[in-house]
Amino acid sequence: MKTPFINCAAAIISKDLRAEFRARELVSVMALFALLSILVFSFALELDRQAREEAVSGVLWVTLIFASLLGFNRSMAQERDQGNLDALLLAPVSRAAIFVGKLLGNFIFTLIVGLAMLPLMTALYGLALLDGWIILTTALGTFGFATIGTLLATMTVQTRAREALLPIALLPIALPFLLTAVRATKSLLSGAPAAEWQGSLGMLAAITVIYLVLSLLLYEYVLEE
Amino acid sequence: MSDERALIEAENLSKAYGGMPVLRGLCFQVRRGEFVALLGANGSGKSTLLRLLSGLSKPTAGAVRVGGWEMPGEAMAVRAQIGLVAHQPLLYENLTARENLHFFGKLYGIEREERERRTVDLLHSVGLRRRADSLVRTFSRGMKQRLSIARASLHQPDVLLLDEPYSGLDQASIERLDEMLAAGLGAGRTIIMSTHQLERVPRSAGRALVLSRGRISFDDAIGNRDMSEIYRSASA
Repeated sequence: MKTPFINCAAAIISKDLRAEFRARELVSVMALFALLSILVFSFALELDRQAREEAVSGVLWVTLIFASLLGFNRSMAQERDQGNLDALLLAPVSRAAIFVGKLLGNFIFTLIVGLAMLPLMTALYGLALLDGWIILTTALGTFGFATIGTLLATMTVQTRAREALLPIALLPIALPFLLTAVRATKSLLSGAPAAEWQGSLGMLAAITVIYLVLSLLLYEYVLEE
Repeated sequence: MSDERALIEAENLSKAYGGMPVLRGLCFQVRRGEFVALLGANGSGKSTLLRLLSGLSKPTAGAVRVGGWEMPGEAMAVRAQIGLVAHQPLLYENLTARENLHFFGKLYGIEREERERRTVDLLHSVGLRRRADSLVRTFSRGMKQRLSIARASLHQPDVLLLDEPYSGLDQASIERLDEMLAAGLGAGRTIIMSTHQLERVPRSAGRALVLSRGRISFDDAIGNRDMSEIYRSASA
């Protein structure tokens, strides 16, 4: 008998949120990294308004991606270190449900950091990042990146050099996604015609769907020995 | 009391890691309700065998069946029948004992009321009722081990696999575990317990299976035989 997909995924999300609420091991580390990164870029890039518009979307996404790498690694390490991944695998649950549970947990943590970055960057860079479409782009980009990040973190967490291996594996695969997210944000900030950023957003959504389908198909093979 | 039907069957079961053979062509059957003590020196393949039986590892060659289902291909069908106490506690440190059991209860599809009842009963039987709402990270090794046993028993599995379950337990906990195992056996549960400590084999264990260099060197009823003698002759 298999436990229903939704119950399993919900149990994993609820467990991850509860554990994070207690330990604050993921969000605090990601947020601190993001804060320092934004400050460093802010001091390093003393730019005029136009140059800031050019650079800020890159700063947003590069910071968010490196912060999320820390989070994905830690999230999977928590499963691995006490052998909990084995406990999940022993249960009569679909591997895809485990993936969705872990993915949504990672997405929520990364989104919290991403949304916290927007007002901070608005204040430091003097650009209107608190815009509905930019928030939507951040949420969509974060979800797509969490999808591929969760899959690859599950693979690399089983290796000794997991901290180094995850960025090496993830960044090349996520590059088209990163470039599209940067392009969409830049178009939105510069007030480009809707057709321009809508195209980028559509591309972002399409890549996210591809990542999601691939991850759901591959997760079972990634988890099995 | 065991019945004659084989619940677990291993046929020419082999496992190698990176070309290094750990288990070599094991053939054995375990009947429903049997308590098998799995013995052997460190590195003899006990933990690997338990991982294969639980479906966590895939055999390099041969087959293993639980309840007629072939592992790991049909593992989903047998997962609900297996409880594993491994080397590591398989518990979440930042959850309480109660929350851990509730979480695993949800994964096994146990309804809320039943989950509550079993959680309370199991925490009582492993002596952790008063620490039910303490975080697992504050527990000693022995307390984690006891909670791990509760986790493995939560879904009332037909087969309980225990990998060195006595490690880290004090005398009172050892006696409590022996009682739990005897009760499980009385309820018709099949138990396979690995240990390298012969003095730890409970009296309720009816059969010994000794592994030596990845092969079965002894497989018979314990009866009145002295465990040290069995082990010495099997390892010779």
